[in-house]
Amino acid sequence: MDKFTNHVGIPVPLRRGNVDTDQIIPAVYLKRITRTGFEDGLFAAWRNDPDFVLNQDAWRNGTILVAGPDFGTGSSREHAVWALQNYGFKAVIGTRFGDIFRSNSGKAGLLIATVTPEVVDKLWEHAEANPGQEIEVCLESRTIDTGAERFEFSIDDHTRMRLLEGLDDIGSTLQHEQLISDYEAGRPAYKPATIPVKVAD
Amino acid sequence: MATTLSDKVWDAHVVRTAEGEPDLLYIDLHLVHEVTSPQAFDGLRLAGRGVRRPDLTLCTEDHNTPTLDILKPIADPVSRLQVDTLRKNAEEFGLRIHSLGDPDQGVVHIIGPQLGITQPGMTIVCGDSHTSTHGAFGALAFGIGTSEVEHVLATQTLPQARPKTMAVTVNGELPEGVTAKDLVLTLIAKVGTGGGQGYVVEYRGSAIEALSMEGRMTICNMSIEWGAKAGMVAPDQTTFDYLKGRPHAPQGAEWDAAVEYWKTLRTDDDATFDAEVVIDAAELTPFVTWGTNPGQGVPLGAAVPAPETFDDPVERGAAERALEYMGLSAGTPMRDIAVDTVFLGSCTNGRIEDLRLAASVLQGQRIADSVRMLVVPGSARVRLQAESEGLDQVFLAAGAEWRAAGCSMCLGMNPDQLAPGERSASTSNRNFEGRQGKGGRTHLVSPAVAAATAITGHLSAPADLANAVSEA
Ligand code: SF4
Repeated sequence: MDKFTNHVGIPVPLRRGNVDTDQIIPAVYLKRITRTGFEDGLFAAWRNDPDFVLNQDAWRNGTILVAGPDFGTGSSREHAVWALQNYGFKAVIGTRFGDIFRSNSGKAGLLIATVTPEVVDKLWEHAEANPGQEIEVCLESRTIDTGAERFEFSIDDHTRMRLLEGLDDIGSTLQHEQLISDYEAGRPAYKPATIPVKVAD
Repeated sequence: MATTLSDKVWDAHVVRTAEGEPDLLYIDLHLVHEVTSPQAFDGLRLAGRGVRRPDLTLCTEDHNTPTLDILKPIADPVSRLQVDTLRKNAEEFGLRIHSLGDPDQGVVHIIGPQLGITQPGMTIVCGDSHTSTHGAFGALAFGIGTSEVEHVLATQTLPQARPKTMAVTVNGELPEGVTAKDLVLTLIAKVGTGGGQGYVVEYRGSAIEALSMEGRMTICNMSIEWGAKAGMVAPDQTTFDYLKGRPHAPQGAEWDAAVEYWKTLRTDDDATFDAEVVIDAAELTPFVTWGTNPGQGVPLGAAVPAPETFDDPVERGAAERALEYMGLSAGTPMRDIAVDTVFLGSCTNGRIEDLRLAASVLQGQRIADSVRMLVVPGSARVRLQAESEGLDQVFLAAGAEWRAAGCSMCLGMNPDQLAPGERSASTSNRNFEGRQGKGGRTHLVSPAVAAATAITGHLSAPADLANAVSEA
């Protein structure tokens, strides 16, 4: 995973709440077996609507999504994170996120910045008043800087540290392989196994 | 110290704990399906890693699979590639897989319990948010993303921050004709789709204890629809009776040892939860959704609400948009809403008990000419069981379609989709915009309401049918 320290880009005001992962990318777009190419499915139902924010010149090249409450609820599909990243997004700012979406983002390197509803309102207003103007999201200092104003955001310490260092989770866990083996040695015999296949009678 | 059920299961799986870091949890069972796994297997190959515990991993094909002509190659080449990729990965890494045509193939959350491989006190994960279903057995079960799938394949563990705990206590008895589905839809409407965020929920109280395993699974299944990380029910005699004799249930002395342990899996009397919701079962009625998230629901006897009645501006806006998308106007009685499609199936309500309930309503009846009804068993075994009981004949005689097992119209990755503007009564779990097909409109209902609705052509309960042979 690439390190994330700070990012400067265009904020996109997505004035909607409850954008679930089916809206971020509908199921019919989930059939690829790669991690790339999902940008076509991003917000698919809205992409043909000329009024949709990403269809407007000022925001087409946006990289920071400013979302409404309960963004990324629903399905566990990490494709929702990849679709945002494949499109070019580096960060999503919002007030509340689906748990699995937030965790997937942390693993895939998409920054999820949690702020208060007032901050979302101000960022929406700022983006709409200054279309296409860049802002800065700094993970080091956990701040969002519009040039006119600075806001703090929250992110848990562990995810922040992993993003800053670009850590590979699996590699970190495998450093504790001995502990895993020790745990396995103590698992009770009645715990089920999937193979060898026992035949039903 | 007094502990809750979920903390007991958590504590029993901690491999490593360190200040300022999430716990490293051991995973007892990893379920894998074709949609969320290909990139994880690729990751393993790229890093030169293997699957640590093939014997704790189980693969099935469900999301993309057709429900007609299942023995022919899958017509859609992209779906076919995804399914073939899982088959190849299973072979390369030595994993057990239940492919189309295999009697144990089916929706991932149906086959685990059915094989008896879902057991109390386990940690279970799957790249699918409805993994919470398995919590009905007193397992700690939750959905994960593809990066985590790769992590579990490689290490059989997951770093996880300990969630908060919540009790949902359902006192009293469910009235006649009210099902587990009605209960959970009512709960979600009450607490909102974000109400459970950050919590593992334990469903308890007399109404939960009285439920069958199927009913408990329906409730735990929908935990994610109100944001909870997982839902659990303490194992009891109902759980043990369900498991006994299943292919993967322990046997002999191991069964006794397991049951002895399972009996300890209950929240201590003096343990406290971080939050609690209390529901009186006696007040519940058949419940259906009118909007585009599972929290937008009302009793079947009520009307479509007016957006102005919501105080919260975000909810008001959501209601306005939902009514527009759903093509509904405020004040319309729910019973007047006509549907053209009825979907009976999914990991929420595609089990044998659900099919029996729907068949009991449809027995000797015809579905309305204006309605197409798809009956999609949750697994190949459910289908075989239903056929051995003659349920398929009841559905066919009523004019419904009897299909092969899979996710089907629950998410429309296969050809089973709503056309734009079509309206369904669906026993699945999500009424999101476009979930069952682009432009499709979904009302979430119980199997009993689905069957009655198929007969009348508009949202109905079995009690509305004058001549119904209703056991609902
Ligand atoms: S039946 Fe529906 S909810 Fe269940 S696993 Fe399949 S797609 Fe997901």
